[in-house]
Amino acid sequence: MSEQPSVKKLNMIEAINDALDVMMGRDSNIVVMGEDVGYFGGVFRATAGLQKKYGRTRVFDTPISECGIIGVAVGMGAYGLRPVPEIQFADYIYPGLDQLVSEAARLRYRSAGEFTAPITVRSPFGGGIFGGQTHSQSPEALFTHVSGIKTVIPSTPHDAKGLLIAAIEDNDPVIFFEPKRIYNGPFNGYYDKPVEPWSRHKDGAVPEGYYRIPLGKARVVREGEAMTVLAYGTMVHVAEAVLAEKGVDAEIIDLRTLVPLDIETIKASVEKTGRCLIVHEATRTSGFGAELSALVQERCFYHLEAPIERVTGFDTPYPHSLEWAYFPGPVRIGEAVDRLLKA
Amino acid sequence: MSDAGVLRMTDTKRSNLPPLQLHVPEPRFRPGDAVDYRHLVIPAPGVQPKPDETCAASETHPLCLDLVRVLGEDHKAVGPWDPKLDPETLRRMLRLMALTRAFDDRMYRGQRQGKTSFYMKCTGEEATSIAPAMALASDDMVFPSYRQQGILITRGYPMVDMINQIYSNKADKLKGRQLPIMYSAKEASFFSISGNLATQYPQAVGWAMASAIRGDTRIAAAWLGEGSTAEGDFHSAMTFAAVYNAPVVFNVVNNQWAISSFSGFAGAERTTFAARAIGYGIAGLRVDGNDPLAVYAATRWAANRARANGGPTLIEHFTYRAEGHSTSDDPGQYRSVQERSEWPLGDPIARLAAHLEALGEWTPEAHAAMDLELAEQVKAAAKAAEANGVLGHGLHHPFRTLFEDVFEELPWHLKEQSEQAIRERRIKWPEWKEEDS
Repeated sequence: MSEQPSVKKLNMIEAINDALDVMMGRDSNIVVMGEDVGYFGGVFRATAGLQKKYGRTRVFDTPISECGIIGVAVGMGAYGLRPVPEIQFADYIYPGLDQLVSEAARLRYRSAGEFTAPITVRSPFGGGIFGGQTHSQSPEALFTHVSGIKTVIPSTPHDAKGLLIAAIEDNDPVIFFEPKRIYNGPFNGYYDKPVEPWSRHKDGAVPEGYYRIPLGKARVVREGEAMTVLAYGTMVHVAEAVLAEKGVDAEIIDLRTLVPLDIETIKASVEKTGRCLIVHEATRTSGFGAELSALVQERCFYHLEAPIERVTGFDTPYPHSLEWAYFPGPVRIGEAVDRLLKA
Repeated sequence: MSDAGVLRMTDTKRSNLPPLQLHVPEPRFRPGDAVDYRHLVIPAPGVQPKPDETCAASETHPLCLDLVRVLGEDHKAVGPWDPKLDPETLRRMLRLMALTRAFDDRMYRGQRQGKTSFYMKCTGEEATSIAPAMALASDDMVFPSYRQQGILITRGYPMVDMINQIYSNKADKLKGRQLPIMYSAKEASFFSISGNLATQYPQAVGWAMASAIRGDTRIAAAWLGEGSTAEGDFHSAMTFAAVYNAPVVFNVVNNQWAISSFSGFAGAERTTFAARAIGYGIAGLRVDGNDPLAVYAATRWAANRARANGGPTLIEHFTYRAEGHSTSDDPGQYRSVQERSEWPLGDPIARLAAHLEALGEWTPEAHAAMDLELAEQVKAAAKAAEANGVLGHGLHHPFRTLFEDVFEELPWHLKEQSEQAIRERRIKWPEWKEEDS
């Protein structure tokens, strides 16, 4: 029997920093790079202290070129390193898209496994911080649509650390989107009320040292009978708060990994509840909710007692002043819950 | 995870060769360090030659490694680049720079007071937007980055409209959609600012190519920071401008810092940013960006050249970002606070004021009176804008505007979503009426 690892209260940034620290200590092939990640430790502080600890050739700033950042990561991966590049905001990832979509995602396939891209691209995403349209986007569906990239989105400090470790160890390219709105606490959708810090949330308790949460495994946040709620990132907490407030006995599933998806957990839950609510912050049309809806319909059709509901951001760029009118908050979720229960 | 790949590499190491080493740039000064800028080569003013505006591009290339300067330590304007502006124009230039600084100070405080989410000052870099805006024709199209508020101020764009945008209020011409300072002002020939870096560079080239296609006489000018020259868009712009001899003026504002990354992370350890022009075979100039007269003269040279079908010019403005990147930044975390006071090229406003004084056309008393007057002017504009609301206090554009301008016409799904947004509002605030919003 090994001893239980000790546990620390960390926010999500600290948990991510801890995961990078643990992995850099274990594997000298891991390098961390990106804009402002070195001496400064990142604009959100996710890489604070790492350059000092591991040196400038393993943690370094890069030129402002997302194409360059992803491209050199692919090359480093071809050599045998395991790069963990940061793209400062998901909204800035587009100049790197060719290297991600045409190169990193296709390298294993086109070389029949001769070359691989064992890279983990970390990037803060999502809104709720008055960041306007260039600091608020949720572009996950662009990546789930590309064959060859895994897409991971944590919703708690505990999961962020375990998932990031698993992502770094994965031999395929992973895009790791960090919901920046919940870096400091589990935002419940009530923007006009103070946010509870992670230190008061059970999943702010993060084991020290190495542990992994396997990619492709969802987490049942809460078991229930009335409906299945599929969510990830910030929206897990918003949905949880709304359903608790409405007193609905919902089964809430945090997907954690979008590709590969934990279809078994989803299927078992929807077969049990007969109702399915999908919640994401990203725009609606061709969002990941469309894929989830199609899968549930294909696999659980004869168990469904109501049409599947999708709650999403609107099909507009993320606005600045009307941010909270855009955000899929408690009212939008509440309406969908009511419709599902009435049907 | 396997180390097999690395082991194989280890086997192939040649023991008679030295191990390869990765170079990672590091700035000279970090927090707490004493700052000494003696390593910077600052040539004397007035000695840089001024080629003919229609010269071969290669004739400018020595200037890419030099520094065009007009104002000397004695505050006199010297040499062939002296634009010989009359005192009235010099005072106007000074006033515009001081107004921009007063505007920045007020808006920075407004952000700190919670009136908006974000602000970016251009302190110390005022000359790099105001002098070019004065040297260009007022209808030349500018494609700015996020620190060229001085262009709007120079072109007489109403400050109240700028502040309405910053406060994202009901009078914001951009309908509260954009992050503060991401202006768009077509009537001032000022292109919509993107939050993504360097994207405006190829767009400026395209506008300039269009102007050439149509036989127009207007040219384009673009700005970005030295850090953004690393983006692919910068290099695409250079290539297209060179290929089509586009009538465009490229400004690289080298303020030494891209958030926490010093200019070495954009290649400054090797050569100048103006020297990018050499590789693309276009004209290039490197100017003292804190010398408004040098900046004016360089822009006028490049604009005349472009207008005479001489093609593009890349101008590096060598300057210093005196403050943080934005209100979200704390530069004390990564650079020495002494850098600002030790910067060897001084402050553009102080230098122009001293020049006017040396000409007998200005006094410290006049300057102090001007500063007071400008502060009042900005304060009045801020108050007028505040009457239209500040961020997060209800006075925003109507909810339906959230769905407008995604397309020219509203498709069915946006109509549905628009109705949904209004319904949600009524559920949250039953007393609410759309016209009140």
